[in-house]
Amino acid sequence: MAIFPLRIRDLRYQPNGREVLAGIDLDLGDEGITLVLGPNGAGKSVLLRVICGLLEPGSGSMVWGDEGACRPAQGVMMVFQRPMMLRASVLHNVALGLKPFGLSAAERKRRSLTMLERVGLADRAQDSARQLSGGEQQRLALARAWLTKPRLLLLDEPTASLDPSASAEVERIVREIRTDGTRILMVTHNLGQATRLGDDIVFMSGGRVREHTPVQRFFSRPQSDEARLFIQGELPWRMRL
Amino acid sequence: MSAFATTFSDALLMLADFDHIVAEIVVLSLQVSGGAVVLGTLIGLPLGACIAVGRFPGKNALSVLINGMMGLPSVVVGVVVYLLLSRSGPFGGFGLLYTPLAMILAQTLLVVPLMAAIARQVVEDVWQRYAEELQLMRFSWWHSVTTLLYDCRHSLLVAVLAGLGRAMSEVGAVMIVGGNIDRATRVMTTAIALETSKGDLALAIALGIVLIVIILALNAFAFVLRHWAMRRYG
Repeated sequence: MAIFPLRIRDLRYQPNGREVLAGIDLDLGDEGITLVLGPNGAGKSVLLRVICGLLEPGSGSMVWGDEGACRPAQGVMMVFQRPMMLRASVLHNVALGLKPFGLSAAERKRRSLTMLERVGLADRAQDSARQLSGGEQQRLALARAWLTKPRLLLLDEPTASLDPSASAEVERIVREIRTDGTRILMVTHNLGQATRLGDDIVFMSGGRVREHTPVQRFFSRPQSDEARLFIQGELPWRMRL
Repeated sequence: MSAFATTFSDALLMLADFDHIVAEIVVLSLQVSGGAVVLGTLIGLPLGACIAVGRFPGKNALSVLINGMMGLPSVVVGVVVYLLLSRSGPFGGFGLLYTPLAMILAQTLLVVPLMAAIARQVVEDVWQRYAEELQLMRFSWWHSVTTLLYDCRHSLLVAVLAGLGRAMSEVGAVMIVGGNIDRATRVMTTAIALETSKGDLALAIALGIVLIVIILALNAFAFVLRHWAMRRYG
């Protein structure tokens, strides 16, 4: 089943009456990397959680594919800012992603080792996952998600608090995942990363999508004052409704 | 020499001579308590993890009940198991009363709530951190339980040790369902109680020393194992 285009209309999320998502309208095509920018409290991470089904929206609609299906049972994965690391080896942590697929242990191991090669962690396969650096843990989490061949991969600030070389390595993997045919929606605060990595930008503030434009246009001709102030670094650090 | 010192020196002599009476009692104690802890681990840890991960009506009430049962009086458990296994009881036909198996069953009933309560707390803390990712990876309820038990395995050693401590130091239930029969169902705690009442304090002290040494040795082993695991896996 095709899950794209994804059409989100008037999506609202209001825990305890507080409007975190205040009517999101967004269309996502079937390829590319979309970067979600915006000040803290804009609702970026919550939007990802609603899209992948971890949070139930209060109202609004999400329509997957031309046939207008509900949320797909498979094919949407998310990598968190601080991903889960079991007290086990790197290999075990990556293979975990395949556990629900009913594959044999040998096949899980084979695929996991191949994936570790692709993210540059093959030589750390037997090391403890918790002893990896932050950047290596993010690569492990990306490998675990990539292994399941998702159609849509949601990334919640995967390079937050990483140094430039670790960020560059994560960006390389994200590009590879995209080349492999996975649609990517990624939250970041790094404007340089947005220009390097993104095809288009979704700019959010106050629980709404203020702009959704190609990267070049976003940075050269932002359509909203908020986006212009954000790019100039003058938007208040936290936007409230 | 005072009576206290004499008793202690006699006890140490018995241990040094590898007294066969002491040895038999120690071996049976380890078999009974070890069996109860193995059963308790197989039942209590998954039970605690299932309560931690599961979403069902009455979950909080069940958690409170399990916590409350940690302090279950052993004599009450002994009486209940006695009634179940006695000739007129529902399981009387099996002829288990006054056998080591009956003692294992009674001790299992005592350690399961303790181990389940500790496991629930340990697993629930980790589940709160991992729930979203496991849910996204489409882990079934059972896959989540086994994954969390594996991840918490070093912390759950505390639950196993607590169960072992409770089983080995327990006297009321095994006295009732085992009968404290010489060379059949006499374990360290019941033997200590009996020998003290008979005035044979040397044997009681000897058994007490063995009991304490075993518990300390197991705790030391668990301590070393946990530290090694923390260094290895973080």
